[in-house]
Amino acid sequence: MKIHEYQAKEIFKRYGIPVQAGEVANSPEEGKNIAEKIGKPVMVKAQVLVGGRGKAGGIKYAKNPDEAYQYAKEILGMEIKGIKVKKVLVTEAADISSEAYIGVIVDRKTKKPVVIVSQAGGIDIEEVAKTTPEKIFKLEVDPLLGLQSFQARDLGSKIYSDFKIAAKAADVIKKLYFAFTENDCSLAEINPFITTPKGEVWALDAKINLDDSGLARHPEIESMRDKDAEDPSEMKAREGGLSFVKLNGNIGCIVNGAGLAMATMDLVKHFGEEPANFLDIGGSSSPEKVLNAMKIILKEPNVKAILFNIFGGITRCDDVANGIVQAVKQLKPPVPIAVRLTGTNEDKAKKILEKVNLTATSSMVDVVKKAIELSKG
Amino acid sequence: MSILVDKNTKVVVQGITGRDGSFHAKQMKSYGTNVVAGVTPGKGGESVDGIPVFNSVKEAVEKKGANTSVIYVPAKFAVDAIYEAADARVKLIVCISEGIPAIDMLKVYNYLKTTETRLVGPNSPGVITPEVAKVGIMPGQIHKKGEIGVVSRSGTLTYEVVYHLTLNGLGQSTCIGIGGDQIIGTNFIDCLFLFEKDPQTKAVVLIGEIGGTDEEEAALYVKKNMKKPVVAFVAGRTAPPGKRMGHAGAIISGGSGTAEEKIEAFEKAKIKVAPTPAEVAALIKEELVLIQQNKPNT
Repeated sequence: MKIHEYQAKEIFKRYGIPVQAGEVANSPEEGKNIAEKIGKPVMVKAQVLVGGRGKAGGIKYAKNPDEAYQYAKEILGMEIKGIKVKKVLVTEAADISSEAYIGVIVDRKTKKPVVIVSQAGGIDIEEVAKTTPEKIFKLEVDPLLGLQSFQARDLGSKIYSDFKIAAKAADVIKKLYFAFTENDCSLAEINPFITTPKGEVWALDAKINLDDSGLARHPEIESMRDKDAEDPSEMKAREGGLSFVKLNGNIGCIVNGAGLAMATMDLVKHFGEEPANFLDIGGSSSPEKVLNAMKIILKEPNVKAILFNIFGGITRCDDVANGIVQAVKQLKPPVPIAVRLTGTNEDKAKKILEKVNLTATSSMVDVVKKAIELSKG
Repeated sequence: MSILVDKNTKVVVQGITGRDGSFHAKQMKSYGTNVVAGVTPGKGGESVDGIPVFNSVKEAVEKKGANTSVIYVPAKFAVDAIYEAADARVKLIVCISEGIPAIDMLKVYNYLKTTETRLVGPNSPGVITPEVAKVGIMPGQIHKKGEIGVVSRSGTLTYEVVYHLTLNGLGQSTCIGIGGDQIIGTNFIDCLFLFEKDPQTKAVVLIGEIGGTDEEEAALYVKKNMKKPVVAFVAGRTAPPGKRMGHAGAIISGGSGTAEEKIEAFEKAKIKVAPTPAEVAALIKEELVLIQQNKPNT
């Protein structure tokens, strides 16, 4: 799950990472009020869960509350990469001497948390890694020991020659590491991390991505979920225990298992059509799950045929067949259905399907071809 | 021969009194697996389908000689279950549980490196040596004893490939589901190393998917270190970037982890990549024919 900058900054504050005064506004009036409260020039920043806000004109410098009102009005409602801006963060503007990068990630390759720092802040770190990799410093942390102070000092001195500033950076690096591990982040990032002419340091931006598997133990973070940013069907599926990703093709896919679901989508494409979605009904699927899956898929107007690809293991084919029968009777789907059932209780399942005049095949290739043919009416 | 699981495997089922644990304990036993014990703290003294239940893994090891653990407990208890099994010094832990936080797995992985215990998973369908023993949740009947090693990040997709292998008369030495999570105990390379050494295995099927770079590393490993042929399949060519495709580990991020990159890496390493799951069997047959032809005449 991703959270907004203003939410990530709330978490940063809890850990003592220096974040400037600011509040989130839903309207130009609110934006003006916040700017008045701050009493200094402010930045008005679009809160959207995609990168490239600045380039899209979603970040503006306002000298006074009236300008803050004006910019908030401009930015609220604007679209950035297809996403409508519904909130802006109004925050004190900073006098910037230097910009650096500090980040922590879960590194799949080394199986360790890795702290990344760079003097090249304020720009896309992946771009820095490509063009000037010598400007990036990485430290693999032993997760059993955690980040030690000397390691943080060492990283701080990699980006600042002034020892005082390096020490302040080291302090932030340690705090960011704690915030990262204690909140089950997959990424925690300050870009840019800035210094001012007075020798202050600030986290000017904040980005946190959460590990979905860790969310259950952080209800306060789960409550930060931006429900507007999520596709309504995807949200419904998640709440119903289904894994669903919306795509743009015509063939609705209902599959058990994530790998088989992806392979099914690929096979649809292989035979010249596009899948409408990824949908994994998971193991031990009950008839209700199948019914829910059908409901979600039938909401998509572009779906021209529904394809079931079930390889029974823990999932029993007869459970799925019962679900299909229920769904056909209740939902009266306006599009044709092609079914593949192999494995546990396959024969029983095929008999059940006869009730609604469906013939299931045992082959994945056959069912994909059949669904494509049916979709063309 | 086989890898990881064989006739000497003595299984303890952690979470045996739960819904999944009890069901699969019975299934494993009826497949012929030597399931010697189960563990559920507080339920010691009970039994499930004739399998004695103990309060701790240590007891199961001491009293029944368990050397392999399979974990069916809910995710929030699974990390403790892994540490407990490692502490009781079982050789192999197979973790079926899905949804363990990555931060916890980083600790587990680095801790287990200091022990003699190997972890397969989490979020794994298990390990099966056909007609000998199954430790996990896969349907036993689709497998057949033979010479093909199978290693995969997926569950049902593996069944699909195995089903076609068996239909084509290609039995399996051992099939391993290494798990769909980001941080897993045993990776492709670990399994490839074991298959290369295993005299029963003649060729290997590797089933990858989007996310991470394990497939790319496996491709390099095969090129440098393996004499036995490997055939690959990669799922997720149509997956959009930035979206998690069911498995926690199946996500294309920052433009890396795509199916195209992985397929290219395999092709560079002269590993044949099947365009569909069903075509894996035909490619394996081709490789076996090549082995026959290259054998010196005796």
